[in-house]
Amino acid sequence: MNYSVLIPMIVFLIIIFFIGYWSSRKLAGSSNFISDYFLGGRELGGFVLAMTMVATYGSASSFLGGPGTAYTMGFGWVLLAMTQVVTGYFVLMILGKKYAIMARRYNAVTMIDFLKARYNSTAVVLLSALSIIIFLFSAMAAQWIGGARLIESLTGLSYQSALFLFAVSVLVYVTIGGFRAVALTDAVQGAVMLIGTLILLVAVIISGGGISNIMQDLINENPNLVTPYGAEGNLSAAYVSSFWILVGVGVVGLPQIAVRAMSYKNARSMHRALIIGTIVTGFIMLNMHLIGVFARPILPGIEVGDKVIPLIALETLPPWVAGIVLAAPMAAIMSTVDSLLLLVSSSIVKDVYLNYIKPDASLKTIKRMSFGVTGILGVIVFLLALDPPDLLIFLNLFAFGGLEAAFIWPIVLGLYWKWGNKYGAIASMATGIISYIALHFYNIENGNLFGVHTVTLPVVLSLLAFIAFSLLINRQAYDYNAILYRNEKQA
Amino acid sequence: MKETDWRFRVAHREAWIGLGLALFNFVWWFAFAYGLGSRPVEEYTYIFGLPDWFFYSCVVGFLVMVVLVTVVVKFFFVDVPFDEEQEESR
Repeated sequence: MNYSVLIPMIVFLIIIFFIGYWSSRKLAGSSNFISDYFLGGRELGGFVLAMTMVATYGSASSFLGGPGTAYTMGFGWVLLAMTQVVTGYFVLMILGKKYAIMARRYNAVTMIDFLKARYNSTAVVLLSALSIIIFLFSAMAAQWIGGARLIESLTGLSYQSALFLFAVSVLVYVTIGGFRAVALTDAVQGAVMLIGTLILLVAVIISGGGISNIMQDLINENPNLVTPYGAEGNLSAAYVSSFWILVGVGVVGLPQIAVRAMSYKNARSMHRALIIGTIVTGFIMLNMHLIGVFARPILPGIEVGDKVIPLIALETLPPWVAGIVLAAPMAAIMSTVDSLLLLVSSSIVKDVYLNYIKPDASLKTIKRMSFGVTGILGVIVFLLALDPPDLLIFLNLFAFGGLEAAFIWPIVLGLYWKWGNKYGAIASMATGIISYIALHFYNIENGNLFGVHTVTLPVVLSLLAFIAFSLLINRQAYDYNAILYRNEKQA
Repeated sequence: MKETDWRFRVAHREAWIGLGLALFNFVWWFAFAYGLGSRPVEEYTYIFGLPDWFFYSCVVGFLVMVVLVTVVVKFFFVDVPFDEEQEESR
């Protein structure tokens, strides 16, 4: 076992654990448990907000899969990865102040709370809760497998023990600390990612003999590697551009990101988060994917993409530094997983149980339910990840694009278009998910329709469905201020 | 519908700005990547060792967006309260 790599990682896990414990003590004195556990009491500052968005969004794919593909494809894939810079400012600007104001008026703690209040429809709530539980649960399980594989390849532990280690560390602090623990640890993890990628990039450039040298090696091997079209010349401009929807603007529709856009304290935090988020996202994405490409001449012939980053770190850095740097992908995976875990558990406890099963549950019951459901979910994911069933892998394929196609219009148009109503929202969600799954199979059989990524068409179709159904059935303008008069009457 | 909440006007304007920035970002990214990148590899020039199309599209493009976002946020975004002030808002 490689102790010099392992020790920095264990120290990292202990620090993370400590933060979780510290947040839980704050939680114990809280007067509004639900809002605190699932939303951190709407008091995130700019730095933590930016970091938690970046860390939640940057997952195993940004740190292992993405750079691995860049290793194979060359600069074309770095170009593709840079479409993600837009998420740094777009999500917060689009949801922005209107979302923050409306979420407070509705007293919304989850994205589904928002949809429930806006559309006033049980079908919308249940449909959204169901898609979140199914898709994000699968996405989360896939990340657990990635996390365990990383620990496995670093430490030489068996897959089972690695998974156990991973599961325990995630569960402990999500269960006890809730959203604030997750957001705070995300901030630490984001900082680790930022510094880790910079150290690794410098080490890779030095070991490759400078950028010009690396570039010459790449051109000698295959000139296509330095073009925007990929190693085989098969990355078309249309295909790469369609990633602007999948990993760029479409991210507005991801529930784990959208919930963060209602968690900040005030407009100043939001303004700071916009700037920090843009810088951090761009910096991490650029560095990580460049590392992937630059690794190619240094360590040729790596077959499994996910192994590029661990191997190049062990190759170019002293072991203990490699341990710290590799804590970055570990951090990315953990921070994605913990947010998803919390979100799935909030959908069950808050959106389904409290809304429809037992609205008058006592605070004690809610507390027990929240900790319990989070814990049980963790155990189920652990058991599934031990021997992942095919269905899980299958569902994970739809998690990202499917959720975007389902939620983007009900959220964005629900916020800005007064004619949007529940019929539009239901039609839009159903159209998004169904057309996404159908097109997925079509594209596997026949190649990508119109040469763009699967997500493109379902996003357009769900937009049309939203508009058509809102205007055709029961057309009525929504009054965004109506909730105020109602609140006042009650007061 | 009564008069619109003044904060909504601010919010709507800022959302439009976000959309505009994203469009600008896309055009910059696309134009340099495929405008310069579609030449034969022998004609590429290299800036700080990186292919010119990549340098302008992704490195400069990223820096330009950081500057733009900073300028827009500092000078055009308005600090609004999120909680309801019962009296003033009516």
